[in-house]
Amino acid sequence: MAQTEIKSYNLNFGPQHPAAHGVLRLILELSGEVVDRADPHIGLLHRGTEKLIEYKTYIQAMPYFDRLDYACPLNMEHAYVLAVEKLLGTEVPPRGKYIRTLFSEVTRIINHIMNTTSFALDLGAMTPMLWGWEEREHLLEYCERASGARMHMAYFRPGGVAKDVPDGLLDDIYAWCDRFEKFMVDMESLLDGNRIFRQRTVDIGIVSQEDALNWGFTGPVLRATGIPWDLRKAQPYDAFEDMDFDVPVGKTGDCYARYLVRMEEMRQSMRIVRQCIEKMPDGPVKVDDNKISPPSRPEMKRSMEALIHHFKLYTEGFKVPPGETYTAVEAATGEFGVYLVSDGTNRPYRCKIRSPGYVHLQGLDLLSKGHMLADMPANIGSIDVVFGEIDR
Amino acid sequence: MAELWSGTLWPLIIIVAQILLIVLPLLGAVAYLTYAERKVIGAMQMRRGPNVVGPFGLFQPIADGVKLMLKETIIPTGADRPVFILAPMLTFILALIGWAVIPFDSGWVLADINVGVLYLLAISGLGVYGIIMAGWASNSRYALLGGLRSAAQMVSYEISMGLIIISVLVTAGTLNLSEIVEAQGNGMWYFIPHFPMFVIFIVSILAETNRAPFDLPEAEAELVSGYNVEYSAMTFALFFLGEYANMILMSAIAVVLFLGGWLPPVDVAPFTWIPGIIWFALKICLILFIFLWARATFPRYRYDQLMRLGWKVFLPVSLVWVVLTAGVLMAFDALPA
Repeated sequence: MAQTEIKSYNLNFGPQHPAAHGVLRLILELSGEVVDRADPHIGLLHRGTEKLIEYKTYIQAMPYFDRLDYACPLNMEHAYVLAVEKLLGTEVPPRGKYIRTLFSEVTRIINHIMNTTSFALDLGAMTPMLWGWEEREHLLEYCERASGARMHMAYFRPGGVAKDVPDGLLDDIYAWCDRFEKFMVDMESLLDGNRIFRQRTVDIGIVSQEDALNWGFTGPVLRATGIPWDLRKAQPYDAFEDMDFDVPVGKTGDCYARYLVRMEEMRQSMRIVRQCIEKMPDGPVKVDDNKISPPSRPEMKRSMEALIHHFKLYTEGFKVPPGETYTAVEAATGEFGVYLVSDGTNRPYRCKIRSPGYVHLQGLDLLSKGHMLADMPANIGSIDVVFGEIDR
Repeated sequence: MAELWSGTLWPLIIIVAQILLIVLPLLGAVAYLTYAERKVIGAMQMRRGPNVVGPFGLFQPIADGVKLMLKETIIPTGADRPVFILAPMLTFILALIGWAVIPFDSGWVLADINVGVLYLLAISGLGVYGIIMAGWASNSRYALLGGLRSAAQMVSYEISMGLIIISVLVTAGTLNLSEIVEAQGNGMWYFIPHFPMFVIFIVSILAETNRAPFDLPEAEAELVSGYNVEYSAMTFALFFLGEYANMILMSAIAVVLFLGGWLPPVDVAPFTWIPGIIWFALKICLILFIFLWARATFPRYRYDQLMRLGWKVFLPVSLVWVVLTAGVLMAFDALPA
């Protein structure tokens, strides 16, 4: 019998592809419609963030973090400001902590709305996306009211937040939570019980607990396998230790479990948001130390010393004592860490970013092998990759 | 000369006029089906849909048509040019010629042939060629996968459709579409006795026309746009028109077979005043609404799941139903002469 060599069918999935969630370039080796190998390529959105940060003062470096995972920007900022605070040894006033906790949960909901609905869109269900983005738009408006920007908020600062929330915002967010609960019931009625949706997600892209740990998965991808690892519980930062919330876990580790974990996390985030608003303490929102946080405007008009502080902060920045820290937060996608080295000057010596999406993306081959081409969008959607943080 | 006129030319003019009378309103219906789709799905998704061009956006389909006509047709370098051009034409032509046997009202039919049902099956069977030719001629991997999927899908669902139609034929005792409608004149439209088949038929025509949730050949999330990914301008427009004309054609077949064609729902005074063609159009709109509703509601099937549904569910069920129908009709001696 003559031997024939069968060449697999290579398909270039992206970088310009509607389901690639940004600039993912994925080389798929197919036999028929079955994926033999999925080879993700990165670097198309590389901006050299880590290197750029080395040439910026600590405050100037902060907005770069918004531009990492632009789906949940405040989580990224949170990790960075916590790292700087740890090196500085400052303690944030309670109101600042609560506002940061509140908004990091708001961005978690923003991210999960985007992820779950676009996951449904990748599977061909259009309507959840259009319903969900209306709710997301409300949240972005709240962020705009607090910080002045819809997406790249640049709201957190080492030592607190940039400014206090405007009057009435907290009441509006509280009222929004009630509306959002109704929306979630609507959305679940479209997806959860839908046979087609289940057929498309159940048993697709299964990750075992062992694999998840070996590959370094975190966040909903890890929790969907049944491991209740959540940094908000394991090593609470800011006001999370005062909060009463549960960590949802899945059983199967497939796409459907990841979807369910995200849906439940939104409910838990709403619980945290409500508690934050109910318990919101009064007082300053940033440390009363003009070496770190700028003085108020009226103060500057009166006090020469305040003016000098302001000038020094916005030209030279503040100096951070030598040291190094790895500080991680539970971002919406997983463990987002910042490894910050200070040499005692006003600029970081090194800033290494540990982004969850990067780790999840390398597991894409593990998830996809043996599944069909149509399952690729489901897998990509369910690990929640955002290329801003992967390519950095 | 008079012989030529009355024997050949005049009938030819009549036929061309009749064809135009069908095709032009059909194209108008296709244009406004796209508008209706965008409005209906827009309403379901809590947005407005087209509302800028003309009052309530009513001129939007015209604007779209003008845009597509004025654009440049790009033919990829690696494409097989004759086949690449032929494929959309074939799709479009096949979507139109099916209408020759559709009865719009009592006696309003272009070709009242006795094997109308077989003619329709043949036409819809040929429809797959347009898509597979497009997928192959584009010389693009996405398009090829889309074309292959489509071919498999349409062939699979035609079989169950054929069996469903057989149960209707056994009940009506004719292959002529007008007579099938008239056989439902006693008020017993066939969707009542054949209700499970009606449901399967509706699902099958969704699959047959490549509409959501069976729009795998053009699955945006995987194949970008599937078989028509390399097409632009008028060649794309022909695919688009063909797809929508096919939707209306399939709805018309469903109406003729199951919903009593042009017959009014109740054979009493106020309903019988309304001309049959209006009833026919209204029933088509009802089926088309189901098309749009499904698109706004469901996620997309995966290729193997679609095949499983076609071969392992619809085929056996419709086969059993054919046997059941024939058996019941035999047992009660109710077989039509």
